Amino acid sequence: MRIGLFITCVNDLLYPGTGRAVVRVLERLGHRVEFPVEQTCCGQMQANSGYRAEAVPLARRFAETFAGYDAVVAPSGSCVAMVRDGYPRLLPETAEVAARTYELSELLVDVLGVVDVGARFPHRVTYHPTCHGLRMLRLGDRPMRLLRAVRDLELVELPDAEECCGFGGTFAVKNSDVSGAMLADKCAAIRATDAEYVLAADNSCLTHIGGGLSRSGAPTRPLHYAEILAGGGR
Amino acid sequence: MTRNPLVGELPFPEAARRELSREQLRRNLRSATHTIRDKRARMVAEVPDWEELRVAGSAIKADVLARLPELLTRFEAAATAAGARVHWARDAAEACAIVTRLVRETGTDEVVKVKSMATQEIGLNEALEAAGITALETDLAELIVQLADDTPSHILVPAIHYNRSEIRDIFRERMAGTDPDLTDDPRALAEAARRYLRERFLSAKVAVSGANFAVADTGTLVVLESEGNGRMCLTLPETLISVVGIEKLVPTFADLEVFLQLLPRSSTGERMNPYTSMWTGVTSGDGPQDVHIVLVDNGRTATLADEVGRQALHCIRCSACLNVCPVYERVGGHAYGSVYPGPIGAVLTPQLTGVAANRSLPFASTLCGACFDVCPVRIDIPQVLVHLRQQAVDERRGHPSAERTAMRAATWIMSAGRRYTRVLRIARRATRPLAALLRRRTVRRLPWPLSAWTAERDAPLPAGESFRDWWARSREGS
Ligand code: SF4
Repeated sequence: MRIGLFITCVNDLLYPGTGRAVVRVLERLGHRVEFPVEQTCCGQMQANSGYRAEAVPLARRFAETFAGYDAVVAPSGSCVAMVRDGYPRLLPETAEVAARTYELSELLVDVLGVVDVGARFPHRVTYHPTCHGLRMLRLGDRPMRLLRAVRDLELVELPDAEECCGFGGTFAVKNSDVSGAMLADKCAAIRATDAEYVLAADNSCLTHIGGGLSRSGAPTRPLHYAEILAGGGR
Repeated sequence: MTRNPLVGELPFPEAARRELSREQLRRNLRSATHTIRDKRARMVAEVPDWEELRVAGSAIKADVLARLPELLTRFEAAATAAGARVHWARDAAEACAIVTRLVRETGTDEVVKVKSMATQEIGLNEALEAAGITALETDLAELIVQLADDTPSHILVPAIHYNRSEIRDIFRERMAGTDPDLTDDPRALAEAARRYLRERFLSAKVAVSGANFAVADTGTLVVLESEGNGRMCLTLPETLISVVGIEKLVPTFADLEVFLQLLPRSSTGERMNPYTSMWTGVTSGDGPQDVHIVLVDNGRTATLADEVGRQALHCIRCSACLNVCPVYERVGGHAYGSVYPGPIGAVLTPQLTGVAANRSLPFASTLCGACFDVCPVRIDIPQVLVHLRQQAVDERRGHPSAERTAMRAATWIMSAGRRYTRVLRIARRATRPLAALLRRRTVRRLPWPLSAWTAERDAPLPAGESFRDWWARSREGS
């Protein structure tokens, strides 16, 4: 099976460790991962902010870049939601490749049929299910099942886990006060867990959450769950 | 001229900032929305075919919208045959003028009101007041808001922003005949309001209502409520005037089966609401003998013309989307500046007024999708929000905009792999000295426009090596 990695622009620039983790997990399971260098960004920011015309060329570009792959995997719930849910509406000819694009936990659990990826991570963590993963991709308990199979991991429940963290892309700057109020509540819930790490399937939400935690001096660090599955910390 | 009930004084971000600073309001909102939200979740979980009901509700509404003219004519004919008089109003001003004239013709200068969003939407109370007619809200929460000279902040619970001691103070100061020693015990508060209202019910000659549903086949109007005050208004006065949005139709009586299951569980979190009143024109010797129905467009036809946006007309005003919305929960209804707040307000209001009058509302959401999940008629609110954002942006094409320049630049960079790679390298190199200086990869303050980010949270700096550089170094090179 040809697996193409869509790293996403945020991960490429800010969180390369998440991308390396995805590669490590898949290779450890015996799969070959390819990284087509022509890839750039999914265009989610443009599309969700009302710039449809600006998003269309990026959708076309994505479809061309990943046309030859059996599966495309991205470590980002919101980018996959943009591709799978948004692209067919934006550009109907992308529907086929969009349907073959998976968030990491979907690829592992549904396509590859793996739950235990052979990782060990001896820390106390909590998991925030991000909105796009939860309500658009319907990831359900896939990430949790993967995490529960990690050795020595102490996974504690996050209170009000399903509440939005307040990121929302350009919402975070257009409505920064409301975004900040939501973030404060999310950070308080995270602190209440006493976790060393807060995990999620989306580094953009984690940038927002991590920025809030660091601003308030909280000791909890944000971390993409792929990096736990890869067996090491950042 | 009085304020348009669909347009606020401030854009959403500024109004939201004002509301956020009210600590008591935030506490009241949080506890109230969470209580109703949890109740709804329990009641919905009881129904094994809830998803099928939602699909049915949505399908019925889509059918109504697809043949609205035909159904409206059928409704008019049936209601007229049953003895009602049907009036048509293109907009708020026409609707208010019709109601004012009808009240005047009865010779009275006081009307009692059943809780209704349509009359709020057209600003009826203010119009009647300008004509020297007093309109008394009889729904307990509406009464509180009216006495406080305030505006509603929730579709179902208009006084959700008040707690009970604040309500006691409003009653003591403003409700004639209230015991100065009134306590904030909910039962005492309800009793005080009941005594105040009872006298008015008995003397009222005219009532004004809205309707939750209007049955095209039979000409029947339907009102669901909890307190029974609506029932008083609908049965005691001689004249009944109902103001109904044209999208409130359902084709047949049997269609109510779906909505009478969906609405109570979604709105108050009850299996069935205490009072459901239905009336079909005039029944000789029973109830109002002079029955009027004012059918209001007020932007609905324009909304109907939008293929994506029209689903907002499915709305049955249950307010479930408000109660689960993380934005509404923090800022309350007043921040939206419209009688329709929350997620449904953010998609309905700009369509009723035209996006130009409410440009900031489609952006008042993180697109978290909680609203879509609970909506009993499956309105894909996030989809409509994005659609309206596009209209808001398109409408300004031709005006200079820093945001558009940035979005275009981003697309230009992202449209060529090499250009993108180069920009990543520049971003990394440019921030490297800063990272070295700080000895960490977070910054507390960034210059404008990124300062909007660091106002609320720290920002990350680019990693030492981008993913693609790592890939090139470790894979392609070997
Ligand atoms: S949009 Fe849906 S959830 Fe919101 S008030 Fe209307 S019917 Fe209820």
